[in-house]
Amino acid sequence: MKMEQFNDRNVAENGYYMVDIEDYPTDGWGKFKRVVERTFKGELFIGLWVVLREMIRFDIHTVSYPAEKMPIGPRYRAVHEMKRLWESDAERCIGCGLCEKICISNCIKMDTKIDENSRKEVSEYSINLGRCIFCGYCAEVCPELAITHGGEYENASEQREHFVMYEDMLTALDKMKAGAQKEFEGFGAITPHEDERVKKTPLAY
Amino acid sequence: MEVAYLIETVIKVVVVLLIFSALAGIGTYFERKVLAFMQRRLGPMNVGPYGLLQVAADGVKLFTKEDIIPTNVVGNIFKIAPVITAATAFMAAAAIPFLPQFEIFGYTVHPIIADVNIGILYILGVMGIGLYGPLLGGMASANKFSLISAARGAAVFISYEVITGLSILAPIMMVGSLSLIDFNEYQAGGIGDWIIWSQPVAFVLCWIAAFAETGRTPFHLIANDHEIIDGFGTEYSGMRWGLFFIGEYANMFFISFVIPLLFLGGFGDGSFLGAIAFLGKVAFFFFFFLWTRAAWPDVRPDQLMWLCWKVLMPIAVINVVITGIVMM
Repeated sequence: MKMEQFNDRNVAENGYYMVDIEDYPTDGWGKFKRVVERTFKGELFIGLWVVLREMIRFDIHTVSYPAEKMPIGPRYRAVHEMKRLWESDAERCIGCGLCEKICISNCIKMDTKIDENSRKEVSEYSINLGRCIFCGYCAEVCPELAITHGGEYENASEQREHFVMYEDMLTALDKMKAGAQKEFEGFGAITPHEDERVKKTPLAY
Repeated sequence: MEVAYLIETVIKVVVVLLIFSALAGIGTYFERKVLAFMQRRLGPMNVGPYGLLQVAADGVKLFTKEDIIPTNVVGNIFKIAPVITAATAFMAAAAIPFLPQFEIFGYTVHPIIADVNIGILYILGVMGIGLYGPLLGGMASANKFSLISAARGAAVFISYEVITGLSILAPIMMVGSLSLIDFNEYQAGGIGDWIIWSQPVAFVLCWIAAFAETGRTPFHLIANDHEIIDGFGTEYSGMRWGLFFIGEYANMFFISFVIPLLFLGGFGDGSFLGAIAFLGKVAFFFFFFLWTRAAWPDVRPDQLMWLCWKVLMPIAVINVVITGIVMM
């Protein structure tokens, strides 16, 4: 399906047409004729047949939710995920604080320190999901693709603040060892094969 | 003999009460399933296999809910209104022969509680009294939606009593009796003897009126959920609301019994096959109540009154007159 027909907002020339509706009768005889026509046309039975046909066909569209789920798109913005580096299994987050800065509902808080190797380390990182509006700015601003939005939308707790802990968001080590970390294709990520479309900058000449 | 008759009658009353209370519950299950399938849904699925125990779950819920009597209602009337609906629905069952007579342990059982010789008149009258349930409940509720519903209920019931009465009058003239047993015997000769062939107009009119009397979908104005919340049931909770519900469904079942008895030969010659065919006819009419709910839109109250007084009633009167002329 092409996008043009959606982008074309000119409804007048887009195959729309006026529905052919007869004028309403105004005099008594016309009204009487309409009643008789409608009575003996059998329109009611067409309606009955349609619903009976659907019942016999038994083409059920229900998704029985807790047992089966609809697939959600990769750009869906549910609970955040923290990614690890493929090379070293270390956390991708470099503690730059951009996500904390850009968060418009002030739900991200982080604390950093200099570790024994004189590298910046994230010591505390929390997202208050009770405040988070899932706008996706944190994922978009992250220079390392470290924080992303995942597809986990089923969370229940006594307090909304308990929905998620940093350890839950971080890709588990065994999952990482199995090479099962999903690379983020959604909000804020670069599109696949972007390198093929990159134009050389003047410095490369 | 008197004692035996008394015991037999009490047993029959209890059996009818139990069976039709249970059927009212199962009827809701069927309604939800049939509506769901017609709308490409699944309906209740989680309680029991295929949701069969949903009825029990609903029953437990209704029984254990708090019985709320709101502040400004007229207490006694508010409390008794649902009982009127349920009671009149079941009282109407007294004159309906549910099955042909059969023998059990050498004892002949007539599955009719009281074969009064004015059976139809009694059924129509008691169903007419059923009007007081919605009317009193709606008026006592101190709720404007309930009040609208009560007014509509009175208008619809009284208007369509006329249609029912006049449409049945023509078959009554032919049969010459008001007993449903006599009606059945009149048509016992087979399909050719059914009254529907000689009185098709009366059959259609009676069927249309049945929808109004039970308040089912094309005429679902009395408790119109999308317009006046639940009408007279708005302020009710728990088992009082449940009684309205049981009354409505019991009414649907009893009307589904009466229409085949009047027009479609009933249980015929009283054989086993006839009894099965009778239950099949009843099942069809009950299914049709659910079917129309999935297929047809509701009419407006003024359209309903227009249909009653300007269309159906003249047709019914003409039908009676023509029947009389032909019989002479």
